[in-house]
Amino acid sequence: MRRLPACSADDMLYSDIQVLIAGRGRREMALQPQEKVFPLLLLICALTSILVVILVGVFVFLQGYPVLAKTGFFTFLLGRSWQPGQGVYGILPMVVGTVVVTLLSLIIGVPLGIATAIFLAELAPEGAAAWTRRAIELLAGIPSVVYGLFGMVTIVPLVRYIASNWFGAWLSPEMKTGYGILAASLVLAIMILPTIVSISEDALRAVPREYKEGSFALGVPHWQTIVHVLLPAARSGIIAGVVLGMGRAIGETMAILMVAGNAPALPRSIFSPVRTMSGNIGLEMGYASGSHAQALFATGIVLFLVIMLLNGFALLFTGRRAVRTP
Amino acid sequence: MMSMQAKERLAKAVIWGAALITVCILALIIGYILVQGIAKLSLSFFLENPRRMGSEGGIFSPLIGTIYFTCLTMLLAAPVGIGAAVYLTEFTREGPLVRVIRFATDALAGIPSIVIGLFGFAFFVVFLKPLTGGWSILSGSLTAFCMILPTVVRASEEAIKAVPAAYREGSLALGASKWQTVLWVVLPSAMPGILTGVLLGVGRVIGETAPLLLTLGGSLLIPRSIFQPARTLSMHLYLVAMETGEFSVAFGTAAVLVIVILLLNLLSHTLMRRLMIRIGGR
Repeated sequence: MRRLPACSADDMLYSDIQVLIAGRGRREMALQPQEKVFPLLLLICALTSILVVILVGVFVFLQGYPVLAKTGFFTFLLGRSWQPGQGVYGILPMVVGTVVVTLLSLIIGVPLGIATAIFLAELAPEGAAAWTRRAIELLAGIPSVVYGLFGMVTIVPLVRYIASNWFGAWLSPEMKTGYGILAASLVLAIMILPTIVSISEDALRAVPREYKEGSFALGVPHWQTIVHVLLPAARSGIIAGVVLGMGRAIGETMAILMVAGNAPALPRSIFSPVRTMSGNIGLEMGYASGSHAQALFATGIVLFLVIMLLNGFALLFTGRRAVRTP
Repeated sequence: MMSMQAKERLAKAVIWGAALITVCILALIIGYILVQGIAKLSLSFFLENPRRMGSEGGIFSPLIGTIYFTCLTMLLAAPVGIGAAVYLTEFTREGPLVRVIRFATDALAGIPSIVIGLFGFAFFVVFLKPLTGGWSILSGSLTAFCMILPTVVRASEEAIKAVPAAYREGSLALGASKWQTVLWVVLPSAMPGILTGVLLGVGRVIGETAPLLLTLGGSLLIPRSIFQPARTLSMHLYLVAMETGEFSVAFGTAAVLVIVILLLNLLSHTLMRRLMIRIGGR
């Protein structure tokens, strides 16, 4: 550091002090280039997400486009026959499979999830709530292949028993294997529970206290308050949770591959084996080449578009919640 | 006609029942996997290589593959994810750029893992083959990096936001620069929370299978470098269960996975508690 001249500040010229300050400023800049460089590095880190999303979109689209252009988007989407050997690519069975499995898993999982969320937000004593929350967090962390394995050895035999003993007379042999829509939906219902529970609970807790207190003050019992005040107020958040759970269900691959039977044909009952769009990719990408591989990429494009649409909906609802609750 | 009180009690009983079902399902899954798999666990199961497509022998090479793959993925994802979080919370104001970054992060989190796998196959395995060696640990890690980046960014952001503003103001008032404040005050305070986010990422990486089927190669040999193919425990579980139907090996592998996930969960809770103590609790 430059030594101060041996005189009082009064004796110094104003320009001397200016030089002193400027010198110090320059010195610190020279000493600490990281003040300039690091924010730039951090910015690059932050921009990685954008880069990856663009790359994913571009590469999947480029690979899948040739088949879509040749077959035509709607012929591809609504074609009933998937025969890669003959170069016939129609994914209607997979689209129907995805829709049916997803809806059925929502029918099973959503009531259970919302009820658990009400339990956590309103009814549970603190200890029970903490333990239940831990349990649900664990449920979210279990690998999907473990769910698949569990489904293969417990749910599939159960469904097989029900199909052959209770409905045996009406079902064709391939519907009595246990592998199919029902087994896949049951496994998926369990897998989407954590998403629905945690987001619904947050939505219920975000309802302003005054709503509940006002309702109590009017003499409305607790349950009536939950049904007529809290649930309507938390509606948009709960819907967002359900939509996100739906996204998870549509994107899930491994667990479904293991229990759904994977036949690329239109299902005729809830016991029919079925193939989903994600399952189609996971199953055949290992050995596909040429236009077959392109058709799988095109399946990926459809999946990508569906998920983007769903996320748009979820954003719409969470956005509205932000406006609604003061 | 039921009385008001009876209705109230019935409704609450139904809700308690639903919560009980949720917890029971979890207990059933974890209990079943552990009971079926734990008999298989022995030292030789861990230290022997798989034989006959994995239907016999142990899980040594998938174990090594998992360790390589998880470490490499986290080495890529942790610095970039934390860096992005620091930028978003400390070095910028809400504006169009931040909105776009946030939107991209959310969008990335929403893309199904199998689609990321397709991208990884087209980009890292095929397009960048000279650099990544085709199907390899590096390709798999880069693909998994794309998948877990949003998880790490969001968790780190939350942890950094939880650091009280007074810490930053105190540091700046002492004459520390912006960068020194971030490096020596904000990051250490947020570290337990950031580590929780990283552990979440580790859990996801270990459990993920679909994108790895397309990028990691699935070799049963012990990988010698990151440019060679490998398989992870989750992949091994799937391939053994689906291709050989040898459920005892699959259950043994599943038990190992479940135990690892349980330990990660326990660790992240301990870290979270420490974060709460460090920044003065909620």
